Amino acid sequence: MTLLLFLSQAIRIAVPYLFAAGGGVLAERAGIVSLSLEGYMLGGAFGAAIGAHVTGSAWAGLAAGVACGALLGSLHALCTIRFRADQIVTGVAINLFVVGITRFFLQLAFDSSSNSPRVAGFGGEGAGAWALAANPLVWLGILTMPVLGVVIYRTTFGLRARAVGEHPAAAESLGIRVSAVRYAAVIGSGALASLGGVYLTLDQHQFTDSMTAGRGFIALAAVIFGRWDPKRAGIACLLFAAAETLQIQLQGAQLIPSQFVAMIPYVLTIVAVAGVVGRSTPPAALGRAAD
Amino acid sequence: MRKLLGLLGGLLAVHIALSFVRPSGAAVAATGGGLDIGVVFDLGGRGDKSFNDGAYAGAERAMRDLGARIRFVEPGEGSDREAGLRMLAAEGMKLVIGVGFIFTDDLTQLAREYPNVAFAGVDFAVSVDSAGNPVPPPANLAALKFREEQGSFLVGALAALVGNSKKLGFVGGMDSPLIHKFEAGYRAGAMAVCGDCEVIAQYAGVTPEAFRNPGKGKELALSQYQQGVNVIYHASGSTGLGVFEAARTLGKLGIGVDADQYNEAPGFVLTSMVKGVDNAVYDAIARVKDGRFAGGIFQFGLAENGVGYVYDDNNRALIPDAIRARLEALKAEIVAGRIQVPATR
Repeated sequence: MTLLLFLSQAIRIAVPYLFAAGGGVLAERAGIVSLSLEGYMLGGAFGAAIGAHVTGSAWAGLAAGVACGALLGSLHALCTIRFRADQIVTGVAINLFVVGITRFFLQLAFDSSSNSPRVAGFGGEGAGAWALAANPLVWLGILTMPVLGVVIYRTTFGLRARAVGEHPAAAESLGIRVSAVRYAAVIGSGALASLGGVYLTLDQHQFTDSMTAGRGFIALAAVIFGRWDPKRAGIACLLFAAAETLQIQLQGAQLIPSQFVAMIPYVLTIVAVAGVVGRSTPPAALGRAAD
Repeated sequence: MRKLLGLLGGLLAVHIALSFVRPSGAAVAATGGGLDIGVVFDLGGRGDKSFNDGAYAGAERAMRDLGARIRFVEPGEGSDREAGLRMLAAEGMKLVIGVGFIFTDDLTQLAREYPNVAFAGVDFAVSVDSAGNPVPPPANLAALKFREEQGSFLVGALAALVGNSKKLGFVGGMDSPLIHKFEAGYRAGAMAVCGDCEVIAQYAGVTPEAFRNPGKGKELALSQYQQGVNVIYHASGSTGLGVFEAARTLGKLGIGVDADQYNEAPGFVLTSMVKGVDNAVYDAIARVKDGRFAGGIFQFGLAENGVGYVYDDNNRALIPDAIRARLEALKAEIVAGRIQVPATR
């Protein structure tokens, strides 16, 4: 019973990470640095609140949230691919932009600087495993990484995306339209990552200012710790979520200082990047604009 | 690249030029003899349903009752906070109020630079010297502080009396001395009426983001409720909205903080530990009007109605009369000084 509660809490915490990390893997495999995951999530969270508030339907909220994420993804793509801006700077800019613009529209739409009114949700917010199973976003979250694995390794688009991320010039010489592939990957990445925010909003039944609280960066850590591979990144998300769950369950007992558990994702990422556990090689053309 | 630099330079020039522009209304408002008051809000600004809205309510009342003319400034992220205070001080306001502990350093600095302007800081964090004694603020700066531990004591006692469980929950935002104060008072209050009760205290994080993480708040609360807790007190900003969401999901109770949070989850909010930010702000403005303004540290506790708990039509059904009487007795003992509430855990 306790184990079941532990697992369901870990999965609830992992779902936003899985969506965001999926978006991160998709864009980074195509060679575009994804520092903007946090912004996509927050944009998705806000879009979901607006969509669900206006229509009263959680599904409409989902659609609106994904649309916001895709829009932000296109902005990132436009800046980095069309205008060849620095990908890291653009990513940071998008995060800051989303914090500001969601706050602005929150004030405008709901006359509040802290949170939106209560909106519809998918149900299934209880603590138990059954409640979990009732939420379609949980299933989508669990399926994200396996499906992404198939897309990246088994489809034409995936092959092209990987080629573009490793050696854009070679890909181009074979007739692949580098920009088009990268556009698709980055817009898809925004849409996918925004689902993490959509989940948060619909689970809380409201949008709260800056409610993603750094989850996008933990997801990015999972991407790097998972060596840009969907399966490994998915496992990393589950690992981070399990650590957080452990901390929540144990904090009452004060066995481990909470500061320590909060460090785990970042420490593991540093360990991974330092090459302590196997080799960690990013896509060769990551961060470079195609010529 | 050069075009981009040119564009940036142009925008920068416009930005600097605009900061010298003064809306025609502003110049009129800042002149001479009236009771001109400036209020700079914390991040979040008006509409936060808490701190800033409390300050706004107090200032609005002063506008009505005292005839004060009030300029409100809502800074964005980062350093324009100091600029907002400085602008108001330079315009010759009688009193400049910074809402939130975040203004502590800026207010101290500006109070020295503008000795003829009165300053007040809501939740001003008084620093201590190496011997542990508080360093008094400048003579023209009033530190408006609240004895949150006293209000937390009462809601702790309430939680223990109506919770029907030996376990009580507490969810804090950022793990920091500011929030430990709430926890310490809550714990002491629970222990005062239920010696063998246990308080499970958890924090949402170690950075300021922990005050804006309802997802984490909900998970913390769900796990506490599952451990047999029936009432959770939160001192965690909007993270606490997640606590209420968990209470609503499982049919348990939460206790709000700073402002009356009943409307966040009607029926699932036992009470709220409220801070009289409005009274503190109104009081400071009234002092300026009467010429009694003085710097120093002002503590608003139960005795001054600076803190308290909500008891009204919304939650009367949840609080039996006998328990209400017990709380009022505890309150009287604190006011009389017979109960000392700890402010550190």
